[in-house]
Amino acid sequence: MARTVWGSTVGKKAVMAVSGLVMLLYLVVHMFGNLKIFFGPGTFDSYAHWLRTLGEPFLHYEWALWIIRVGLVVAVVAHGVAAYQLSRRDLRSRPVGYVHTKARSSYATRTMRWGGVILALFIVWHLLDLTTGTVQRGFVPGHPYHNVVAAFHDWWNNAIYIVAMLALGLHVRHGFWSAAQTLGAGSATRNRVLKGTANALALVLTAGFVAVPVGVMTGLVS
Amino acid sequence: MKLTLRIWRQHDTEAPGGMATYDVDGISPGMSFLEMLDTLNERLTVEGEEPVAFDHDCREGICGACSLVINGEAHGPERTTACQLHMRSFRDGDTIDVEPWRAAAFPVVRDLVVDRAAFDRIIQSGGYVSVPTGSAPEAHATPVPKAAADSAFEHAECIGCGACVAACPNGSAMLFTSAKVNHLGALPQGAPERETRVLDMVAQMDAEGFGGCTLAGECATACPKGIPLTSITAMNREWLRASRKVPRS
Repeated sequence: MARTVWGSTVGKKAVMAVSGLVMLLYLVVHMFGNLKIFFGPGTFDSYAHWLRTLGEPFLHYEWALWIIRVGLVVAVVAHGVAAYQLSRRDLRSRPVGYVHTKARSSYATRTMRWGGVILALFIVWHLLDLTTGTVQRGFVPGHPYHNVVAAFHDWWNNAIYIVAMLALGLHVRHGFWSAAQTLGAGSATRNRVLKGTANALALVLTAGFVAVPVGVMTGLVS
Repeated sequence: MKLTLRIWRQHDTEAPGGMATYDVDGISPGMSFLEMLDTLNERLTVEGEEPVAFDHDCREGICGACSLVINGEAHGPERTTACQLHMRSFRDGDTIDVEPWRAAAFPVVRDLVVDRAAFDRIIQSGGYVSVPTGSAPEAHATPVPKAAADSAFEHAECIGCGACVAACPNGSAMLFTSAKVNHLGALPQGAPERETRVLDMVAQMDAEGFGGCTLAGECATACPKGIPLTSITAMNREWLRASRKVPRS
């Protein structure tokens, strides 16, 4: 059966929908955790430490975090590969385009593909910046509050994060609604609620994530 | 009305095509878009030029033969078929672009005529109900709930014109396929083949080289019969249900 799901455009889209929803759930939790930075270094750093001791003593130190990371990698890869294969197919399905072109569908819908590429590149940058600290000069492992403040000291890094979060908002706006339809959850009566939820999620996630660099820039977090 | 037409001309599937410009005069606002093309073709014939080939049949908006992309929109600016689009929707002096449906699965036969046999093959793969033929069954033999009848009728309105494919940014046939799947799936007569129908029709749709759905919604906007976008959602639901129930190799 797994072969049938992956072999069909409808099934592959369902894989995209499920993997997208997994990442979306993660992002909501991630954003919520980020906002703890406004409660000071003590709260933020102890929360970060708690994430590593999560599930103890049943799980070893950092195991819960690694389980989540593996799950996320699976979701990102499934989402990306399905998107690539479906997009290739979509582009092939109209070899000769229209001479008279019109702006079709909404901005969020039209930017799903490139927006997704931007987000993938951003994830790489984000991990090198705040997880491994490879690209950050003053990175101190185990001191996330200090690292966040240091990372957002550079205006250009703030710009990268803010642009990426706007792209995320657009992606979630169409993505959540689209996932609901792909999984068959939509209906004439339910679609208004689904669209509203998609817009609310997009807005809350973007605002919540952007709040951190803006907080550092304005000196609210220092 | 005096109009400038830019029309896609292509001698056959293999030949290269291009937009050709024609000026037409004496168009009345009450003419349909196809009558306007007839006027042009009469003139072209008299002048010894090859008339513009375009598909048409009933000219009543019920057969689904006409297939023109007018100014980048399938069936033009009104939500109807090109045959029911009237020239009052345009203004004197307008330049109008006329192109065929564009999709790999709909090769151009000539000028504005495309081959939509891919749709027929999707229907052949599952868009039917197997019933014993013979004398007409008693009308009340199979009770049909009113809601199911309404839903089936809404989807049965699809005339298979292909505007959904033409309008879709991915050249996807999901709206057409879903209309057929939901039409028959809603009725008790269609229940025995409910699972195989949706699996086979989606598989055939993929095999024809149509694109996938990205929920852009252009198909439902272009559909002259108002098949809603939720039709696709319902087919996705049916497909996922069927793929769980039917083990396939």
